[in-house]
Amino acid sequence: MVKVTIDDVQIEVEPGTTILNAARQIGGDVVPPAMCFYSKLPGTGGKCRTCLVEVAAGSEKDPRPMPKLMASCSTQVMDGMIVKNKTSERVQEGRGGVVEFLLINHPLDCPVCDQAGECNLQDLGFQHGGAKTRYEEERRTYDPIDIGNKIKLHMNRCILCYRCVHVANQLTDSRVHGVLNRGEHAEISTYIENAIENDFSGNMIDVCPVGALTDKTFRFKSRVWFLKPMDVSCECTKCSGKAVAWMFGDEIYRVTARKDKYGEVEDQDGKTGWICNDCRFEKKDPAKWSIEGPRKINRHSVISQGHYQSPRGNSQKKIN
Amino acid sequence: MNTMQSLTDRKKVVSKKEMTFMEKLYLPAIIGGMWITFKHLFRKNNTVKYPEETREFAPVYRGQHVLKRDEEGRENCTACGLCAVACPAEAITMVAAERVKGEENLYREEKYAEKYEINMLRCIFCGLCEEACPKEAIFLTDRIVPSNFERDEFVYGKDRLVEQLNDRIDITKRQHTGKRSKI
Repeated sequence: MVKVTIDDVQIEVEPGTTILNAARQIGGDVVPPAMCFYSKLPGTGGKCRTCLVEVAAGSEKDPRPMPKLMASCSTQVMDGMIVKNKTSERVQEGRGGVVEFLLINHPLDCPVCDQAGECNLQDLGFQHGGAKTRYEEERRTYDPIDIGNKIKLHMNRCILCYRCVHVANQLTDSRVHGVLNRGEHAEISTYIENAIENDFSGNMIDVCPVGALTDKTFRFKSRVWFLKPMDVSCECTKCSGKAVAWMFGDEIYRVTARKDKYGEVEDQDGKTGWICNDCRFEKKDPAKWSIEGPRKINRHSVISQGHYQSPRGNSQKKIN
Repeated sequence: MNTMQSLTDRKKVVSKKEMTFMEKLYLPAIIGGMWITFKHLFRKNNTVKYPEETREFAPVYRGQHVLKRDEEGRENCTACGLCAVACPAEAITMVAAERVKGEENLYREEKYAEKYEINMLRCIFCGLCEEACPKEAIFLTDRIVPSNFERDEFVYGKDRLVEQLNDRIDITKRQHTGKRSKI
Protein backbone atom coordinates (compact mmCIF):
# COMPACT_ATOMS: atom_id res chain seq x y z
CA MET A 1 0.00 0.00 0.00
CA VAL A 2 1.25 3.49 -0.77
CA LYS A 3 0.39 6.65 1.08
CA VAL A 4 -0.77 9.65 -0.92
CA THR A 5 -2.04 13.05 0.17
CA ILE A 6 -4.64 14.74 -2.01
CA ASP A 7 -5.75 18.22 -0.94
CA ASP A 8 -4.49 17.58 2.62
CA VAL A 9 -6.46 14.32 2.87
CA GLN A 10 -4.31 11.26 3.35
CA ILE A 11 -5.27 7.86 1.98
CA GLU A 12 -3.59 4.51 1.47
CA VAL A 13 -4.16 2.89 -1.90
CA GLU A 14 -2.89 -0.07 -3.89
CA PRO A 15 0.32 0.57 -5.83
CA GLY A 16 -0.49 1.31 -9.45
CA THR A 17 -3.67 3.26 -8.68
CA THR A 18 -4.02 6.49 -10.62
CA ILE A 19 -4.36 9.81 -8.80
CA LEU A 20 -7.93 10.17 -10.08
CA ASN A 21 -8.95 6.78 -8.70
CA ALA A 22 -7.26 7.54 -5.39
CA ALA A 23 -9.20 10.83 -5.24
CA ARG A 24 -12.42 8.98 -6.02
CA GLN A 25 -11.72 6.67 -3.10
CA ILE A 26 -11.66 9.77 -0.89
CA GLY A 27 -14.67 11.26 -2.67
CA GLY A 28 -16.25 14.66 -2.32
CA ASP A 29 -14.60 17.87 -3.44
CA VAL A 30 -11.11 16.53 -4.04
CA VAL A 31 -12.16 14.49 -7.09
CA PRO A 32 -10.97 16.15 -10.29
CA PRO A 33 -13.51 16.30 -13.11
CA ALA A 34 -13.01 13.95 -16.04
CA MET A 35 -14.40 14.29 -19.52
CA CYS A 36 -12.62 11.47 -21.35
CA PHE A 37 -11.64 9.02 -18.61
CA TYR A 38 -14.24 6.33 -17.99
CA SER A 39 -13.35 3.82 -15.31
CA LYS A 40 -15.53 1.12 -16.92
CA LEU A 41 -13.71 1.35 -20.25
CA PRO A 42 -10.03 0.36 -20.06
CA GLY A 43 -7.80 2.50 -22.21
CA THR A 44 -9.75 5.73 -21.84
CA GLY A 45 -8.23 8.89 -20.42
CA GLY A 46 -5.41 11.28 -21.08
CA LYS A 47 -7.12 13.22 -23.86
CA CYS A 48 -9.27 16.00 -22.47
CA ARG A 49 -6.86 17.37 -19.83
CA THR A 50 -9.65 18.50 -17.50
CA CYS A 51 -8.36 16.27 -14.71
CA LEU A 52 -5.00 18.05 -14.47
CA VAL A 53 -3.64 18.27 -10.92
CA GLU A 54 -0.54 19.69 -9.35
CA VAL A 55 1.92 17.19 -7.89
CA ALA A 56 3.62 19.16 -5.14
CA ALA A 57 5.90 16.30 -4.15
CA GLY A 58 6.66 13.36 -6.43
CA SER A 59 7.35 10.71 -3.80
CA GLU A 60 8.98 10.02 -0.46
CA LYS A 61 12.34 9.30 -2.08
CA ASP A 62 12.29 12.14 -4.54
CA PRO A 63 10.12 14.91 -3.09
CA ARG A 64 10.71 17.37 -5.91
CA PRO A 65 7.48 18.77 -7.35
CA MET A 66 6.58 17.82 -10.90
CA PRO A 67 7.14 20.89 -13.07
CA LYS A 68 3.95 20.63 -15.11
CA LEU A 69 0.37 19.86 -14.17
CA MET A 70 -0.24 16.13 -14.51
CA ALA A 71 -3.27 14.35 -15.96
CA SER A 72 -4.56 12.59 -12.85
CA CYS A 73 -6.39 9.89 -14.82
CA SER A 74 -3.15 8.48 -16.20
CA THR A 75 -0.58 9.32 -13.53
CA GLN A 76 0.07 6.59 -10.99
CA VAL A 77 0.50 7.42 -7.34
CA MET A 78 3.86 7.04 -5.59
CA ASP A 79 4.49 6.54 -1.89
CA GLY A 80 4.46 9.93 -0.18
CA MET A 81 3.08 11.80 -3.15
CA ILE A 82 1.40 15.12 -2.38
CA VAL A 83 -1.28 16.17 -4.85
CA LYS A 84 -3.13 19.45 -4.98
CA ASN A 85 -6.42 19.84 -6.80
CA LYS A 86 -8.91 22.23 -5.23
CA THR A 87 -6.23 23.91 -3.12
CA SER A 88 -4.01 24.79 -6.07
CA GLU A 89 -4.59 28.02 -7.94
CA ARG A 90 -2.49 26.78 -10.82
CA VAL A 91 -4.85 23.87 -11.30
CA GLN A 92 -7.95 26.05 -11.21
CA GLU A 93 -6.45 28.46 -13.72
CA GLY A 94 -5.24 25.63 -15.93
CA ARG A 95 -8.63 23.96 -15.86
CA GLY A 96 -10.25 27.23 -16.88
CA GLY A 97 -7.92 27.29 -19.86
CA VAL A 98 -8.77 23.70 -20.77
CA VAL A 99 -12.47 24.49 -20.61
CA GLU A 100 -11.92 27.48 -22.86
CA PHE A 101 -10.14 25.25 -25.37
CA LEU A 102 -12.89 22.61 -25.20
CA LEU A 103 -15.47 25.30 -25.86
CA ILE A 104 -13.63 26.73 -28.88
CA ASN A 105 -15.48 24.53 -31.30
CA HIS A 106 -18.36 23.52 -29.08
CA PRO A 107 -21.54 25.35 -30.08
CA LEU A 108 -23.43 27.09 -27.26
CA ASP A 109 -26.70 25.47 -28.23
CA CYS A 110 -27.63 24.11 -24.82
CA PRO A 111 -31.26 25.28 -25.29
CA VAL A 112 -31.51 22.93 -28.26
CA CYS A 113 -29.28 20.11 -27.07
CA ASP A 114 -30.87 17.02 -25.51
CA GLN A 115 -27.91 16.55 -23.17
CA ALA A 116 -28.52 19.87 -21.38
CA GLY A 117 -29.09 19.29 -17.69
CA GLU A 118 -26.93 16.17 -17.53
CA CYS A 119 -23.95 17.40 -19.55
CA ASN A 120 -20.46 17.21 -18.08
CA LEU A 121 -19.22 20.07 -20.22
CA GLN A 122 -22.12 22.25 -19.11
CA ASP A 123 -21.20 21.65 -15.46
CA LEU A 124 -17.55 22.27 -16.19
CA GLY A 125 -18.29 25.46 -18.11
CA PHE A 126 -20.50 26.60 -15.27
CA GLN A 127 -17.69 26.12 -12.77
CA HIS A 128 -14.68 27.24 -14.75
CA GLY A 129 -15.85 28.89 -17.95
CA GLY A 130 -15.64 32.58 -18.70
CA ALA A 131 -18.70 34.68 -19.37
CA LYS A 132 -17.43 35.59 -22.81
CA THR A 133 -15.53 33.85 -25.55
CA ARG A 134 -12.27 35.22 -26.90
CA TYR A 135 -12.52 33.08 -30.01
CA GLU A 136 -13.24 35.10 -33.12
CA GLU A 137 -12.77 32.56 -35.88
CA GLU A 138 -15.52 30.45 -37.39
CA ARG A 139 -16.34 27.28 -35.49
CA ARG A 140 -16.02 24.06 -37.41
CA THR A 141 -19.43 22.84 -38.46
CA TYR A 142 -20.78 19.56 -39.69
CA ASP A 143 -24.26 18.40 -40.56
CA PRO A 144 -25.76 16.01 -38.02
CA ILE A 145 -25.61 12.45 -39.31
CA ASP A 146 -27.22 9.18 -38.29
CA ILE A 147 -25.11 6.42 -36.83
CA GLY A 148 -27.45 3.52 -37.28
CA ASN A 149 -31.15 4.28 -37.21
CA LYS A 150 -31.34 5.06 -33.50
CA ILE A 151 -28.33 7.29 -32.82
CA LYS A 152 -27.77 10.83 -34.01
CA LEU A 153 -24.26 12.24 -34.21
CA HIS A 154 -23.79 15.99 -33.86
CA MET A 155 -20.14 16.30 -34.72
CA ASN A 156 -20.25 20.05 -33.88
CA ARG A 157 -20.63 19.22 -30.21
CA CYS A 158 -18.00 16.49 -30.06
CA ILE A 159 -14.95 17.10 -27.89
CA LEU A 160 -13.09 14.03 -29.20
CA CYS A 161 -12.91 12.17 -25.91
CA TYR A 162 -12.84 8.79 -27.72
CA ARG A 163 -15.16 7.18 -25.15
CA CYS A 164 -17.60 6.06 -27.83
CA VAL A 165 -14.77 4.56 -29.86
CA HIS A 166 -13.79 2.48 -26.84
CA VAL A 167 -17.42 1.37 -26.42
CA ALA A 168 -17.47 0.30 -30.04
CA ASN A 169 -14.17 -1.46 -29.57
CA GLN A 170 -14.88 -3.21 -26.31
CA LEU A 171 -18.62 -3.89 -26.32
CA THR A 172 -19.36 -4.60 -29.94
CA ASP A 173 -17.70 -7.34 -31.94
CA SER A 174 -16.89 -5.51 -35.12
CA ARG A 175 -16.00 -1.86 -34.95
CA VAL A 176 -17.21 0.24 -37.85
CA HIS A 177 -16.91 3.53 -36.07
CA GLY A 178 -13.90 5.56 -35.09
CA VAL A 179 -12.05 8.80 -35.52
CA LEU A 180 -11.11 9.92 -39.01
CA ASN A 181 -8.51 12.55 -39.88
CA ARG A 182 -6.29 14.36 -37.46
CA GLY A 183 -6.01 17.46 -35.29
CA GLU A 184 -8.45 20.17 -36.16
CA HIS A 185 -10.07 17.96 -38.78
CA ALA A 186 -10.57 14.92 -36.57
CA GLU A 187 -14.12 13.65 -36.55
CA ILE A 188 -16.07 10.73 -35.22
CA SER A 189 -17.52 8.79 -38.07
CA THR A 190 -18.64 5.42 -39.22
CA TYR A 191 -16.59 4.10 -42.08
CA ILE A 192 -18.44 5.44 -45.14
CA GLU A 193 -21.52 5.94 -42.96
CA ASN A 194 -21.86 2.28 -42.15
CA ALA A 195 -24.70 1.78 -39.77
CA ILE A 196 -23.81 0.25 -36.46
CA GLU A 197 -25.83 -2.90 -36.01
CA ASN A 198 -24.90 -4.23 -32.62
CA ASP A 199 -26.89 -4.95 -29.50
CA PHE A 200 -24.77 -2.70 -27.33
CA SER A 201 -24.06 0.21 -29.63
CA GLY A 202 -26.59 2.38 -27.76
CA ASN A 203 -24.22 2.59 -24.81
CA MET A 204 -22.15 5.13 -26.65
CA ILE A 205 -25.00 7.57 -25.97
CA ASP A 206 -24.57 7.00 -22.24
CA VAL A 207 -20.80 7.42 -22.26
CA CYS A 208 -20.82 10.60 -24.37
CA PRO A 209 -19.96 13.44 -21.96
CA VAL A 210 -21.59 16.02 -24.24
CA GLY A 211 -24.57 15.95 -26.57
CA ALA A 212 -22.69 14.68 -29.60
CA LEU A 213 -24.33 11.26 -29.54
CA THR A 214 -28.01 11.38 -28.72
CA ASP A 215 -30.92 8.99 -28.68
CA LYS A 216 -33.06 9.48 -31.77
CA THR A 217 -36.11 8.00 -30.07
CA PHE A 218 -35.86 10.77 -27.47
CA ARG A 219 -34.71 13.52 -29.80
CA PHE A 220 -36.33 16.84 -28.83
CA LYS A 221 -39.15 15.04 -27.03
CA SER A 222 -38.69 16.73 -23.68
CA ARG A 223 -36.05 18.22 -21.41
CA VAL A 224 -34.52 15.95 -18.79
CA TRP A 225 -35.68 18.11 -15.90
CA PHE A 226 -39.32 17.59 -16.81
CA LEU A 227 -38.96 13.84 -16.60
CA LYS A 228 -39.08 11.56 -13.60
CA PRO A 229 -36.22 9.06 -13.48
CA MET A 230 -37.38 5.69 -12.17
CA ASP A 231 -35.30 2.61 -11.46
CA VAL A 232 -36.78 -0.15 -13.57
CA SER A 233 -35.82 -3.69 -14.39
CA CYS A 234 -36.87 -6.41 -16.76
CA GLU A 235 -35.94 -9.93 -17.72
CA CYS A 236 -33.49 -9.52 -20.54
CA THR A 237 -31.40 -12.27 -22.05
CA LYS A 238 -28.84 -9.91 -23.52
CA CYS A 239 -28.12 -7.48 -20.70
CA SER A 240 -28.60 -7.01 -16.97
CA GLY A 241 -32.08 -5.61 -17.57
CA LYS A 242 -31.56 -2.94 -14.91
CA ALA A 243 -32.10 0.54 -16.29
CA VAL A 244 -33.54 3.97 -15.59
CA ALA A 245 -36.80 4.91 -17.28
CA TRP A 246 -37.32 8.63 -17.73
CA MET A 247 -41.05 9.03 -17.34
CA PHE A 248 -43.57 11.75 -17.94
CA GLY A 249 -46.85 10.77 -16.38
CA ASP A 250 -47.32 7.11 -17.30
CA GLU A 251 -45.24 7.32 -20.45
CA ILE A 252 -41.62 6.28 -20.78
CA TYR A 253 -39.79 8.88 -22.84
CA ARG A 254 -36.39 7.26 -22.80
CA VAL A 255 -34.39 4.50 -21.15
CA THR A 256 -30.79 4.85 -20.03
CA ALA A 257 -28.37 2.77 -18.02
CA ARG A 258 -28.04 3.50 -14.31
CA LYS A 259 -25.30 6.03 -13.80
CA ASP A 260 -23.35 6.87 -10.66
CA LYS A 261 -22.31 10.31 -9.41
CA TYR A 262 -19.44 10.48 -11.88
CA GLY A 263 -21.81 9.90 -14.78
CA GLU A 264 -20.52 6.37 -15.30
CA VAL A 265 -22.64 3.28 -15.73
CA GLU A 266 -23.04 1.50 -12.40
CA ASP A 267 -22.07 -2.07 -11.77
CA GLN A 268 -24.96 -4.54 -11.71
CA ASP A 269 -24.34 -8.00 -10.21
CA GLY A 270 -20.58 -7.54 -10.40
CA LYS A 271 -20.58 -6.51 -14.03
CA THR A 272 -20.88 -3.09 -15.63
CA GLY A 273 -24.56 -2.51 -16.21
CA TRP A 274 -24.53 -1.76 -19.92
CA ILE A 275 -27.97 -2.15 -21.41
CA CYS A 276 -28.82 -3.56 -24.79
CA ASN A 277 -30.46 -1.69 -27.62
CA ASP A 278 -33.73 -3.60 -27.20
CA CYS A 279 -34.10 -2.32 -23.65
CA ARG A 280 -32.96 1.17 -24.59
CA PHE A 281 -34.86 1.86 -27.76
CA GLU A 282 -37.73 -0.61 -28.06
CA LYS A 283 -39.22 -1.03 -24.58
CA LYS A 284 -41.11 2.22 -24.16
CA ASP A 285 -44.16 0.50 -22.73
CA PRO A 286 -44.28 0.71 -18.90
CA ALA A 287 -45.96 -2.72 -18.81
CA LYS A 288 -42.72 -4.30 -20.01
CA TRP A 289 -40.80 -3.06 -16.98
CA SER A 290 -41.18 -3.62 -13.29
CA ILE A 291 -40.74 -0.28 -11.58
CA GLU A 292 -38.57 -0.38 -8.47
CA GLY A 293 -39.01 3.24 -7.41
CA PRO A 294 -37.79 6.74 -8.02
CA ARG A 295 -34.09 7.12 -8.68
CA LYS A 296 -32.12 9.21 -6.22
CA ILE A 297 -30.94 12.39 -7.88
CA ASN A 298 -28.61 14.91 -6.33
CA ARG A 299 -30.90 17.63 -5.06
CA HIS A 300 -28.64 20.32 -6.52
CA SER A 301 -29.11 18.86 -9.97
CA VAL A 302 -31.54 20.57 -12.31
CA ILE A 303 -33.17 17.16 -12.81
CA SER A 304 -34.57 17.34 -9.29
CA GLN A 305 -36.14 20.73 -10.06
CA GLY A 306 -39.87 20.79 -9.75
CA HIS A 307 -40.11 17.28 -8.31
CA TYR A 308 -41.64 17.79 -4.94
CA GLN A 309 -40.32 14.56 -3.58
CA SER A 310 -40.36 13.56 0.03
CA PRO A 311 -37.49 11.37 1.24
CA ARG A 312 -39.89 8.44 1.04
CA GLY A 313 -40.81 9.15 -2.55
CA ASN A 314 -43.93 10.72 -3.91
CA SER A 315 -47.16 9.50 -2.47
CA GLN A 316 -49.32 7.91 -5.10
CA LYS A 317 -52.58 9.18 -3.64
CA LYS A 318 -55.02 10.37 -6.23
CA ILE A 319 -57.10 13.43 -5.64
CA ASN A 320 -60.65 12.93 -6.81
CA MET B 1 -64.99 48.65 40.63
CA ASN B 2 -62.34 46.24 39.60
CA THR B 3 -61.70 46.90 35.87
CA MET B 4 -58.95 45.41 33.83
CA GLN B 5 -56.25 47.78 32.70
CA SER B 6 -56.61 48.47 28.97
CA LEU B 7 -53.84 47.17 26.72
CA THR B 8 -53.83 50.18 24.38
CA ASP B 9 -54.28 53.88 24.72
CA ARG B 10 -56.88 54.03 21.97
CA LYS B 11 -59.76 54.00 24.40
CA LYS B 12 -62.30 56.73 23.84
CA VAL B 13 -65.00 57.82 26.20
CA VAL B 14 -68.38 58.01 24.48
CA SER B 15 -70.07 61.33 24.97
CA LYS B 16 -73.82 61.49 25.02
CA LYS B 17 -74.28 65.22 25.13
CA GLU B 18 -77.56 66.82 24.11
CA MET B 19 -77.72 68.34 20.58
CA THR B 20 -78.28 72.08 20.29
CA PHE B 21 -81.26 73.52 18.36
CA MET B 22 -79.16 74.22 15.24
CA GLU B 23 -77.82 70.71 15.31
CA LYS B 24 -81.29 69.29 15.64
CA LEU B 25 -82.31 71.07 12.42
CA TYR B 26 -79.65 69.04 10.51
CA LEU B 27 -79.84 71.63 7.69
CA PRO B 28 -76.39 73.25 8.20
CA ALA B 29 -74.76 69.83 8.19
CA ILE B 30 -76.62 68.79 5.00
CA ILE B 31 -75.69 72.03 3.24
CA GLY B 32 -72.11 71.66 4.38
CA GLY B 33 -71.95 68.14 2.97
CA MET B 34 -73.50 69.13 -0.33
CA TRP B 35 -71.01 71.98 -0.63
CA ILE B 36 -68.15 69.50 -0.45
CA THR B 37 -69.83 67.37 -3.13
CA PHE B 38 -70.35 70.45 -5.31
CA LYS B 39 -66.68 71.42 -5.00
CA HIS B 40 -65.65 68.02 -6.30
CA LEU B 41 -67.49 68.65 -9.59
CA PHE B 42 -64.75 71.09 -10.59
CA ARG B 43 -61.83 68.95 -9.52
CA LYS B 44 -59.71 66.84 -11.91
CA ASN B 45 -60.98 63.29 -12.25
CA ASN B 46 -58.94 60.57 -10.59
CA THR B 47 -60.40 57.85 -12.79
CA VAL B 48 -60.23 57.27 -16.54
CA LYS B 49 -63.01 56.05 -18.78
CA TYR B 50 -61.62 52.58 -19.54
CA PRO B 51 -61.68 51.08 -22.18
CA GLU B 52 -62.11 54.24 -24.29
CA GLU B 53 -59.26 55.81 -22.40
CA THR B 54 -56.27 53.88 -21.05
CA ARG B 55 -53.62 54.89 -18.60
CA GLU B 56 -50.02 55.14 -19.60
CA PHE B 57 -48.22 51.98 -18.55
CA ALA B 58 -44.83 51.74 -16.93
CA PRO B 59 -42.25 50.47 -19.44
CA VAL B 60 -41.75 47.36 -17.33
CA TYR B 61 -45.46 46.59 -16.89
CA ARG B 62 -46.00 42.85 -16.88
CA GLY B 63 -49.07 41.98 -18.91
CA GLN B 64 -49.89 39.41 -21.56
CA HIS B 65 -46.92 37.46 -22.93
CA VAL B 66 -45.66 37.59 -26.47
CA LEU B 67 -43.48 35.05 -28.27
CA LYS B 68 -41.20 37.20 -30.39
CA ARG B 69 -40.00 36.65 -33.91
CA ASP B 70 -36.62 37.91 -35.08
CA GLU B 71 -35.99 40.55 -37.78
CA GLU B 72 -36.51 37.96 -40.49
CA GLY B 73 -39.81 36.86 -39.02
CA ARG B 74 -38.57 33.55 -37.64
CA GLU B 75 -39.77 32.38 -34.25
CA ASN B 76 -37.13 32.87 -31.57
CA CYS B 77 -38.42 30.20 -29.22
CA THR B 78 -36.52 26.94 -29.31
CA ALA B 79 -38.57 25.11 -26.65
CA CYS B 80 -35.65 24.80 -24.24
CA GLY B 81 -38.05 24.63 -21.31
CA LEU B 82 -36.23 27.12 -19.11
CA CYS B 83 -39.32 29.35 -18.82
CA ALA B 84 -41.38 26.38 -17.72
CA VAL B 85 -38.85 25.31 -15.10
CA ALA B 86 -38.53 28.90 -13.87
CA CYS B 87 -42.28 29.41 -13.66
CA PRO B 88 -43.33 29.37 -9.99
CA ALA B 89 -46.97 28.84 -10.92
CA GLU B 90 -46.30 26.03 -13.40
CA ALA B 91 -48.37 27.82 -15.97
CA ILE B 92 -46.23 27.02 -19.01
CA THR B 93 -46.22 23.78 -20.98
CA MET B 94 -44.65 23.03 -24.33
CA VAL B 95 -44.00 20.32 -26.85
CA ALA B 96 -40.90 20.58 -29.00
CA ALA B 97 -40.47 19.50 -32.58
CA GLU B 98 -37.61 19.31 -35.03
CA ARG B 99 -37.38 21.79 -37.86
CA VAL B 100 -37.37 20.06 -41.21
CA LYS B 101 -35.73 21.28 -44.37
CA GLY B 102 -37.69 24.13 -45.92
CA GLU B 103 -38.83 25.59 -42.59
CA GLU B 104 -35.70 27.67 -42.05
CA ASN B 105 -37.67 30.85 -42.67
CA LEU B 106 -40.19 29.93 -39.96
CA TYR B 107 -38.01 28.94 -37.02
CA ARG B 108 -34.64 30.28 -36.05
CA GLU B 109 -33.18 27.14 -34.46
CA GLU B 110 -33.29 23.50 -35.44
CA LYS B 111 -35.76 22.83 -32.65
CA TYR B 112 -38.95 24.80 -32.13
CA ALA B 113 -42.04 24.77 -29.98
CA GLU B 114 -44.75 22.86 -31.76
CA LYS B 115 -47.15 23.62 -28.92
CA TYR B 116 -46.67 26.34 -26.36
CA GLU B 117 -49.35 27.02 -23.82
CA ILE B 118 -49.64 29.47 -20.97
CA ASN B 119 -52.50 29.12 -18.57
CA MET B 120 -53.31 32.74 -17.80
CA LEU B 121 -55.36 31.74 -14.76
CA ARG B 122 -52.28 30.14 -13.24
CA CYS B 123 -49.86 32.83 -14.37
CA ILE B 124 -48.96 35.36 -11.70
CA PHE B 125 -47.21 37.70 -14.17
CA CYS B 126 -43.96 37.66 -12.24
CA GLY B 127 -41.78 37.83 -15.34
CA LEU B 128 -39.45 34.99 -14.37
CA CYS B 129 -40.04 33.30 -17.74
CA GLU B 130 -38.79 36.40 -19.46
CA GLU B 131 -35.74 36.46 -17.22
CA ALA B 132 -34.98 32.78 -17.80
CA CYS B 133 -35.32 32.92 -21.59
CA PRO B 134 -31.90 32.53 -23.26
CA LYS B 135 -33.24 33.28 -26.72
CA GLU B 136 -35.09 36.56 -26.06
CA ALA B 137 -38.24 34.82 -27.19
CA ILE B 138 -40.76 35.46 -24.45
CA PHE B 139 -41.58 38.91 -23.15
CA LEU B 140 -44.34 40.30 -21.03
CA THR B 141 -46.04 43.27 -22.64
CA ASP B 142 -48.29 46.16 -21.65
CA ARG B 143 -51.37 44.37 -22.95
CA ILE B 144 -53.97 43.21 -20.46
CA VAL B 145 -55.31 39.66 -20.57
CA PRO B 146 -59.03 40.18 -21.21
CA SER B 147 -61.60 38.65 -18.92
CA ASN B 148 -63.76 35.82 -20.11
CA PHE B 149 -66.63 33.63 -19.01
CA GLU B 150 -65.01 30.33 -19.99
CA ARG B 151 -62.03 28.91 -18.11
CA ASP B 152 -60.73 27.10 -21.21
CA GLU B 153 -60.34 30.40 -22.98
CA PHE B 154 -57.55 31.35 -20.60
CA VAL B 155 -55.17 28.68 -21.89
CA TYR B 156 -53.31 30.68 -24.49
CA GLY B 157 -51.75 28.69 -27.29
CA LYS B 158 -49.30 29.74 -29.94
CA ASP B 159 -52.11 31.31 -31.98
CA ARG B 160 -52.51 34.02 -29.37
CA LEU B 161 -48.94 34.21 -28.05
CA VAL B 162 -46.75 34.41 -31.15
CA GLU B 163 -46.67 37.90 -32.58
CA GLN B 164 -48.16 38.36 -36.02
CA LEU B 165 -45.84 39.37 -38.85
CA ASN B 166 -48.01 42.33 -39.80
CA ASP B 167 -48.59 43.36 -36.19
CA ARG B 168 -45.21 43.37 -34.47
CA ILE B 169 -45.19 44.10 -30.77
CA ASP B 170 -42.66 46.61 -29.57
CA ILE B 171 -40.69 45.40 -26.57
CA THR B 172 -37.65 47.64 -27.02
CA LYS B 173 -38.46 49.52 -23.83
CA ARG B 174 -38.28 46.32 -21.85
CA GLN B 175 -34.99 45.34 -23.41
CA HIS B 176 -33.38 48.58 -22.31
CA THR B 177 -34.47 48.62 -18.73
CA GLY B 178 -31.03 47.49 -17.69
CA LYS B 179 -32.16 43.96 -17.01
CA ARG B 180 -30.32 42.61 -20.01
CA SER B 181 -26.80 43.60 -20.82
CA LYS B 182 -26.27 44.46 -24.44
CA ILE B 183 -24.61 41.63 -26.29
